[in-house]
Amino acid sequence: MSAYSVTEPSRASKSIAAVLVVVYAIITLLPLLWIISTGFKSGPDSISYPPKVVFEPSLEGYVNLFTTRTRIGAEDFAALPPPETWYDEIVRQSGTVIAGPSRFGERFMNSVIIGFGSTALSIFLGTLAAYAFSRFKVPLKDDLLFFILSTRMMPPIAVAIPIYLMYRELGLSDTHLGMILLYTAVNISLAVWLLKGFIDEIPREYEEAALIDGYTRFQAFRKVVLPQAATGIASTAIFCLIFAWNEYAFAVLLTSGNAQTAPPFIPTIIGVGGQDWPAVAAGATLFLLPVMIFTILLRKHLLRGITFGAVRK
Amino acid sequence: MTDTPIDRMARATPPHLARRVRGLSDRAIAWLFVAPTIFLLLAINIFPLIWTVRLSFTNFAANRPGREVEWVGLRNYQRILTDDGIWANMQTTAHFLIWTITLQVLIGFTLAWLINRKFKGNDLLTTLIVLPMMLSPAVVGNFWTFLYQPQIGLFNYVVELVTGTPASSFSMLGAGGLAKWSIIIVDTWMWTPFVMLICLAGLRSIPDYIYEAAEVDRASKWRQFWTITVPMVLPFLMLAVLFRGIENFKMFDMVVLLTGGGPGNETLLASIDLKREAFEKWRTGYSSAYAIILFVTVFGLASIYVKALNKVKER
Repeated sequence: MSAYSVTEPSRASKSIAAVLVVVYAIITLLPLLWIISTGFKSGPDSISYPPKVVFEPSLEGYVNLFTTRTRIGAEDFAALPPPETWYDEIVRQSGTVIAGPSRFGERFMNSVIIGFGSTALSIFLGTLAAYAFSRFKVPLKDDLLFFILSTRMMPPIAVAIPIYLMYRELGLSDTHLGMILLYTAVNISLAVWLLKGFIDEIPREYEEAALIDGYTRFQAFRKVVLPQAATGIASTAIFCLIFAWNEYAFAVLLTSGNAQTAPPFIPTIIGVGGQDWPAVAAGATLFLLPVMIFTILLRKHLLRGITFGAVRK
Repeated sequence: MTDTPIDRMARATPPHLARRVRGLSDRAIAWLFVAPTIFLLLAINIFPLIWTVRLSFTNFAANRPGREVEWVGLRNYQRILTDDGIWANMQTTAHFLIWTITLQVLIGFTLAWLINRKFKGNDLLTTLIVLPMMLSPAVVGNFWTFLYQPQIGLFNYVVELVTGTPASSFSMLGAGGLAKWSIIIVDTWMWTPFVMLICLAGLRSIPDYIYEAAEVDRASKWRQFWTITVPMVLPFLMLAVLFRGIENFKMFDMVVLLTGGGPGNETLLASIDLKREAFEKWRTGYSSAYAIILFVTVFGLASIYVKALNKVKER
C-alpha cells in the first residue's frame, strides 16, 4: 500500500469504529462471562439482588453438578462423622449429604461418544464422496449435490416422526449407534460440500503425476490427495463435531435413559429446592468451553464452514 | 508454495500420458465413493420423508400401534389449512423471522462495516464476537431463562440500570407481551455474528481500485456507499438472509428451552407446535401432514429466493 491512499480510513474513523466494536463485544460477551462466573458462585450469591459481580468463589456448583444430595434430619446430621473430603465439606455447608454420583458424567460421555463417532463416519463417507464429485464425471452431479444439500432444509421434527418409528422397529431407539447414524446423515451434507471445496483447490496435476509414476487411482487418492487435504479435513471434522455436540431436537425426542447427550440433560438439573443455578452454570461451562476453544482454533475457516463452502475468504 | 518432488513431476509429465490409469476404472471408483453417502441419505432422510408423506394420509397414532389405521385422504391437510390456531402459529413464526432477520442484518452489516476500518486488534475482536453462534442453542436458551429472571436476572438488572425501570416490575418470559421479544433478543444475540462474518467477506471482496476511481470522479462518500458498497455486498447479505431464514423457520431448540412456546401460545412457533402434535398429543398422521406443509413452505420460499439471489449476482 502506498503512503497515502484514498481508500485507507482516517485515523479518527478507525478509533471511533474500534470503540463501537469494543462496546458491542463487551455487551455480547457479558452473558457468557455471567454463565462462567455463576458456576463459581454459592447458591445464595447466585440469586442475590442486585446481582453480585464480586463474590467469594465456591466450587459448590461443580460439586452439585456431579453429585445427588439429600437433606437429612438435624439429629442425624449432627451425628455424622466429620467430612472426609473437600467436596463432602462443601455439601455439608448447605445442610445436605452426598447420596451418590449424578448422571452428568454419563451424559457428557454420551456426547463425546456420539459426537466423535458421527464425526469420524461423516468425514470418512464425506471425503470419499467429495473426492468423487471433485474429480470424476458423476452422472447428475449437480442434482446429487443439490439433493445432498436439500436434506438440510427439513425441519428436524418432520423426519423425527418416521425415524422414531423406524428406530423402534430396528431396535435403534435410545442407542449410541442410532444417534451416530442419525447425526452422520445430518452432517454428511456439510462434510461433502466443504470437503469438495477443499479438494477442488488441490491441483489435479499432483495425482496425475502419481498415476504416471505407477500409482493406482486409489493409491494416488490415499498418498497424494489425503495428505494435501489434511487441513480441510480437520476443520470440516471440527464443524461436524460442533454440530453433533450442540444438537438438541433429535436427542430429546429419540433418547431417554441410555444414550441421552448433555444438552437435554443440563436443563433438567434441579437442586434440593428449586433450580440449582450454579450447578446448571457449571454444566453449561464445561459443555460450552470445548466449543469456544475449537472456535478460536477454527477462526480462519469459520466463514467457509458456516456457509457450506459458499463463501471463502 | 514449496517445490516438492510431486510439483516437479507434475510439470515434467505430458498431459496425454497423465490420463493413463491403472487399477479400478475411474467410473467404478466414482460410484464406489459416492454410493455409501447416497445410501445413508436415502435410508435416513428420503425413506423417512416418503414415510411421512404416506402417514399424512392416515389417522395413525404412534402411541397406539394396535389400532386399525384408516386411510383418510386429504382430510389432515384440509384440517390444518383451515385451522385458525395454525395460522396464528404461522404469524408468530413470521413475526420471529422478520424481526430477527431485520435486526441481524442491520447490526451485522454495521459491525462488519466498522470492523472493515481495519483498526488494530480487529481480528481478535471478530473472533470474540462470533463465539455465541457456535454454542449449543439448547444450553444457551436454558441459561437465558436465568438472565431473564425478574428479580435476580442480569438482563432485568441491566435494563434497570440503563432505563430506571425497576428490575422486578417486568418479566420477559411471563405474560404481558414481552415473551415474543425475549426470543428475538436471544436469537439476535446469537446470530448477528453470522451475518456480520458474511458481510465482512463481502466488504473485503470489493477491490480498492473501485473506490479510487470513484474518488477521482469526485463521488461523495455517501454516494460511494450506496452505489459501490451496498450493491457489492448485497449478494453476500442475501446469502446470509437465506441461511438465517431457513434456520429460523426450523427454530426449535433455543425457543423450547426459553419459553416452551408460552406463555399461552405467545411464542408457539410452527415447529414447536408440530412437536406438541407429534410427540405429546401423538396425532402422528395429522402431524405428518403438518410436517409436509412446513417442509414444502421452506423449500418453496427458498427456491424462489435463490432465483432472486442469482439475478442479483448476475447484475
